[in-house]
Amino acid sequence: MANWVPLWLHKLGSPPIFYRFAGVVRPWALALAILAALAALYGGLVLAPADYQQGDAYRIIFIHVPSAWMSLFIYGAMAVAAFVGLVWRIKIAEVVAMESAPIGAAFTFITLVTGSLWGKPMWGTWWTWDARLTSELVLLFLYLGVIGLYHSFEDRRQGARAASFLALIGIVNVPIVHFSVNWWNTLHQGSTVRILGPSHIEMSMLWPLLTMMLATKLYYIASLFARVRADLIATESGKDWVRAIALAENGDRP
Amino acid sequence: MSQFFAMGGYAFYVWVSFAVFFIVLLVDALAPLVRRRRNLRELRARMARSDARRRPGSNA
Repeated sequence: MANWVPLWLHKLGSPPIFYRFAGVVRPWALALAILAALAALYGGLVLAPADYQQGDAYRIIFIHVPSAWMSLFIYGAMAVAAFVGLVWRIKIAEVVAMESAPIGAAFTFITLVTGSLWGKPMWGTWWTWDARLTSELVLLFLYLGVIGLYHSFEDRRQGARAASFLALIGIVNVPIVHFSVNWWNTLHQGSTVRILGPSHIEMSMLWPLLTMMLATKLYYIASLFARVRADLIATESGKDWVRAIALAENGDRP
Repeated sequence: MSQFFAMGGYAFYVWVSFAVFFIVLLVDALAPLVRRRRNLRELRARMARSDARRRPGSNA
């Protein structure tokens, strides 16, 4: 590998080192995610006032929007890992890409369901084939396609390569989801929170939203690392380091 | 308190949304832990079988 890559990053490409690193980081990420989520729930459900138009129904925003952000963020992370895996044949990158897909699918599913539950009282319909909703549904199908393709090969690494290609092709959908509310006339509202320029939201509602965003990011790290560990145990089961773990964690025998 | 749970008449939509969020993520969080334990158990069984083959007579 090129010598500008720092040594620690190079070392993380080794499955046993990544396995141990993930095992150390995972509980911290999960604990911080739960703390942040509790703070966000308190802020969003208790402290924040009701919306002047939507009443208390708007509180769905505190899970709907962070989930929607994660559905796109995880797709981006998956595509980057897939690209690295395809170009440099780094096994960890392939595993990270493949194990990101179920988490992304979970957040996309949550986004669609909570959006539906928000749409019914506010728009008067559970579902409409408008640009934002349809492109988010396509995102779910892309995730499911990646998961399905990965598992349809006898050889896991071959499956990972095929599914990585699909993940890279599907990246075109990410800007479509993001800009759909600007490009087309849709029922879905435009962006409320902006990175550039002022957000159209009160501070008392903004901070729980951003805290929940942080919680979902941390949760992604925790879930991803648990998944990568489970995946490595399966794919590296012929290696000595996995056998040592299997013997050390013997829960079956008294 | 009951006013809090009523969510201004939107209780069903709000609470089902939050329930979906937490249930889906809980399943997502538990699945890899179960999978990892199962994989380790299967690996131990495979190792025990190959050990038994190598040392006939012992019932390991």
